[in-house]
Amino acid sequence: MGDAGDSAKQEKKVVFVTVGTTLFDALVRAVDTNGVKQELLRKGYTHLVIQMGRGSYNPTKCDGEDGSLAVDYFTFSPSIADHLRSASLVISHAGSGSIFETLQLGKPLIVVVNEDLMDNHQSELAEELAERKHLYCAHPQTLHQTISDMNVESLLPYPSGDATPVAKLINTFLGFPDD
Amino acid sequence: MENQHDDNCCLFTPSIITITVSVVLVAITRVFYILCQSGKPVYPSKSPKPLSTLIVLGSGGHTAEMINVLNVLLLKDMFCPRFYVAAGTDNMSLQKAHLLEENVFNLNGGKGGSTQFLQIYRSREVGQSYITSIGTTFLALVHALWLMIRIRPQVVLCNGPGTCVPLCIIAFLFKVVGVRWSSIFYVESIARVRKLSLSGLLLYKLRIADQFFVQWPQLQRKYPRAHYVGCLM
Repeated sequence: MGDAGDSAKQEKKVVFVTVGTTLFDALVRAVDTNGVKQELLRKGYTHLVIQMGRGSYNPTKCDGEDGSLAVDYFTFSPSIADHLRSASLVISHAGSGSIFETLQLGKPLIVVVNEDLMDNHQSELAEELAERKHLYCAHPQTLHQTISDMNVESLLPYPSGDATPVAKLINTFLGFPDD
Repeated sequence: MENQHDDNCCLFTPSIITITVSVVLVAITRVFYILCQSGKPVYPSKSPKPLSTLIVLGSGGHTAEMINVLNVLLLKDMFCPRFYVAAGTDNMSLQKAHLLEENVFNLNGGKGGSTQFLQIYRSREVGQSYITSIGTTFLALVHALWLMIRIRPQVVLCNGPGTCVPLCIIAFLFKVVGVRWSSIFYVESIARVRKLSLSGLLLYKLRIADQFFVQWPQLQRKYPRAHYVGCLM
């Protein structure tokens, strides 16, 4: 890709940010900072679409005419799946639903952990999947650094889950014939 | 008169104590017997009969995992009738169960057992105060008991939501009392990598789940009675 930001005419590359049904202003604020936006532009992304959920912080909209990152946002949408599909990079909260939906679409993913949650077991999943190189895991303050260090080519595809082992054990336990 | 009354009382008290002690002893023995019998596989028979199945659904992620399990499990026509239970505030989960049942119905060529979709009171909503939650917890327990008396499932499948705990405890008590023998399966959510959820921990420690499944190997190492089954998502 190189210095895609230099070319005047370039293909649309969307970054989709999603907080799901949660309240996660820290993430919306983080992606709305100049540092993060510059970093995304430098990596060749052209559009930033933010699903901000129940948050109260409104990011600054921008049409991106002047060669900067185009920014748009909305609260909720029934078509999150379409936004995920059209994205080149997804930045998501740590909910398992969002994580697996994105991974199964094969999209590069940065999961941002919400430190304000009381029971923060959700970071377990993001950290484990980051260790297995299926995604990047960040905190609102470190998002800028994660974007600058990331190499989406090095992420490994996530193999989709398999319920046959558990079904086999249940059937065997209940004495149902195995076939 | 007074004396006679006292005499009666003295005769009466030891027998009450004896009865209470023996009842408690019998109950304890029975609970231990059931604990020993639980977790033992059902003896395979040549022509097994279908089993009535209770499926406890949770919110978003939990339901998606359960649907994945059911997609494989229901290939065999052995789990019927089926009863889906979700929290009263959760409409999405039952909708997903409806969709799954439609698919199963079509796969079976239009042949299907009777499936019911039920809602259950939640003991505590997010953000509810602890004082009012004592009352709502009691209500939730009574409702759970009422549902369980009606269903009396032979198989209980659950994967994490808090609503499954009272239902599993009631299913276990049914075994103790001899109302209904059931096999209880618990699948810990994929989101739990290093620690069990509170529901999971309770059902594991109390040995209420006949079979306990986890989706990450490090959890299996920590809880050796669990079975590692790989990721469901």
